[in-house]
Amino acid sequence: MSVHTLSVLVENKPGVLARIAGLFSRRGFNIDSLAVGPTEHPEISRMTIVVNVEESPLEQVTKQLNKLIEVIKIVELDDREAIERELVLVKVKADVETRSQVLDVVQLFKARVVDVATDAITLEVTGNSDKLADFLRVLEPFGIRELVQSGLVAIGRGGRSISERTLKPVPVPVAQLGERTG
Amino acid sequence: MSEQGGSGTQVTGAQSLIKSLESAGVENIFGIPGGAILPAYDPLYDSSIRHILVRHEQGAGHAAQGYAVASGKVGVCMATSGPGATNLVTPIADAYMDSVPMVAVTGQVPAASIGTDAFQEADIRGITMPITKHSFLVTDAAEIPRTVAEAFYLASTGRPGPVLVDVAKSALQAMTEFSWPTELNLPGYRPVTRPHAKQIREATKLILESRKPVLYVGGGVIRAGANKELRALAELTGMPVVTTLMARGAFPDSHPQHLGMPGMHGTVAAVAGLQKSDLIISLGARFDDRVTGNLDSFAPGAKVIHADIDPAEIGKNRAVDVPIVGDCREVIADLVVALQAEQDAGNTGDFEGWVAFLAGVKAKYPLGYDTPTDALAPQYVLQRLGQISGPESIYCAGVGQHQMWATHYLGFENPNTWINSGGLGTMGFAVPAAMGAKVGAPDAVVWAIDGDGCFQMTNQELATCTLEGIPIKVAIINNESLGMVRQWQTLFYEGRYSNTDLHTGPARRVPDFVKLADAYGAVGLSCDSAGDVDATIKKAMEINDVPVVVDFRVHRDAMVWPMVAAGTSNDDIKFARDLAPQFEEDDL
Repeated sequence: MSVHTLSVLVENKPGVLARIAGLFSRRGFNIDSLAVGPTEHPEISRMTIVVNVEESPLEQVTKQLNKLIEVIKIVELDDREAIERELVLVKVKADVETRSQVLDVVQLFKARVVDVATDAITLEVTGNSDKLADFLRVLEPFGIRELVQSGLVAIGRGGRSISERTLKPVPVPVAQLGERTG
Repeated sequence: MSEQGGSGTQVTGAQSLIKSLESAGVENIFGIPGGAILPAYDPLYDSSIRHILVRHEQGAGHAAQGYAVASGKVGVCMATSGPGATNLVTPIADAYMDSVPMVAVTGQVPAASIGTDAFQEADIRGITMPITKHSFLVTDAAEIPRTVAEAFYLASTGRPGPVLVDVAKSALQAMTEFSWPTELNLPGYRPVTRPHAKQIREATKLILESRKPVLYVGGGVIRAGANKELRALAELTGMPVVTTLMARGAFPDSHPQHLGMPGMHGTVAAVAGLQKSDLIISLGARFDDRVTGNLDSFAPGAKVIHADIDPAEIGKNRAVDVPIVGDCREVIADLVVALQAEQDAGNTGDFEGWVAFLAGVKAKYPLGYDTPTDALAPQYVLQRLGQISGPESIYCAGVGQHQMWATHYLGFENPNTWINSGGLGTMGFAVPAAMGAKVGAPDAVVWAIDGDGCFQMTNQELATCTLEGIPIKVAIINNESLGMVRQWQTLFYEGRYSNTDLHTGPARRVPDFVKLADAYGAVGLSCDSAGDVDATIKKAMEINDVPVVVDFRVHRDAMVWPMVAAGTSNDDIKFARDLAPQFEEDDL
């Protein structure tokens, strides 16, 4: 098994997420992480899906996703040629005695303090999966009270955009509608 | 989006829906009204569209399928929300598996009630997501024309399939302006129909290099209308042909190059033709488990050229050497041109030994059946039916033994004359599908070949046929049981016939199919001896004003052969119980 990151451009319409989630579950593909959000074009949303599959099922995942009418484009992002980021918000036990040690960790990982209470401190950190795993491992001894993590988002390096050409309209003439083309 | 026909006058959403269906070229709709779809039935009352009032929504769906295949147009069915819509689920799933162009229009509860568990509310768009090519929910009346246009375009292009349009009652009742779009913009939908020239060259090369090629023809060839091109390809090269259950009629059964149907109940020659080949040229087929048997041992020595309009089918089950994405008609036409050019340059394939080997297998292991002395052989009934009614007739079948006997013994010469439930295997498909086919091809003789089990699932549509003037003919192959299940019980469960006896035989006859036909205003006939078969069929052929139901009371222990047991290798085919063919490999 290997991990693949797919960037999927979809039409921003109701039910798209359900279609994609349903496709993964019924075809027996596993989603490691999923992030959905708007893009520079209001009518297009972008999903970043991390899947854990063998090479040939990955081809099936891509082809089946492409069959969904509302899926416009799928690009597999290679982690060497893409920037990948996740975000973690974590509530760590920190009292007067341990707070300064926790803050050392914050500095080390370029994290941010977003909330402070007398017995705990809430931190925000972004990075790739490895960095976040390291960060949480170092915080572990202090006591993690609560943790929430976003799905992975990714963007290719360089000047090119994967959504550049997708907006070009390809109009279909409504001629002989309903007649079999073959 | 460009639009035309904007008259500026206000219409209801319901009027807009019916105008949209008219603009899409719809002539016939099979359906049943109900609360949520009710507004649409009012303008339908004045429309040029013929609405055929069925007795069960499942019947509407299968009728739309039969209509689509027989007429070449998109089939349309209509139902109300909740149970009306869920009753369409089986035909929608069936159309999805068999790539039938169909649009299902359903009413939905008013937009404000969606999500409240309102009376007769079901999330039919959600329910049908995995079994439709696409599904729409319309809550804004202004969206109706564009949605209908998109639905028909999606259903009929690329790999055809069912599309659901669910319209909220509030949208049907709202006022709107009707304008039919002239252009659609579907950025995520661009089916590839033109095959890549490089792939055609690669395929041509493999064909000429092969010694044991076989044309593995699937339903895609029928949907693409590529039977003429297929025949040209086969005759140009001399390659043997097998036609799957979905492709029966794509290539004439009478053609000497035809080995018949492959698969679990395929002919020995067709199974051997795939299994022992060195090159499979798959045209609009999908390496279904019923064709391949155990996949790991399927055609172990074969390279594969796989042509399909749906890229997701290519390489899904079997690794591929030359993938070709495209419409089968264009793919085959291009192959003919390429191979003709090679032939003109003196390059022809050398398939002589292979063709002779398969001819030997075909001669040694023809289709055959036992003729019981005191009972009627079902295979004989179908053989005579095919010969008397002829290859221009349309035959629809249910699912089970009668379907397999029909596909083997009717004898097909023309595409779209065999309409059955291949992928989903829906019992009860035949009668409503035949009804739809007869509406789609009113001049054709249309037979529903049904089992006694299947017939009891959907025979209520005989009422529709009688009242609407749709004179179909039904041949019930009555073996008093769920025959295919019983056959498996005979073979794999030591003859323990758990829940397969339907009591439609001489002892009880519940129901009596002749009386049932009479009750529906149809003519009921029965036949239980070989000597009466011809006369009975001829009598049925003479009745053309009302439906005819013939109860053929056949030998209940007749079995379907050949057979490859489920999950086993095609190498283990039996042409009769405990009898395996002996291939003389030296002949190859």
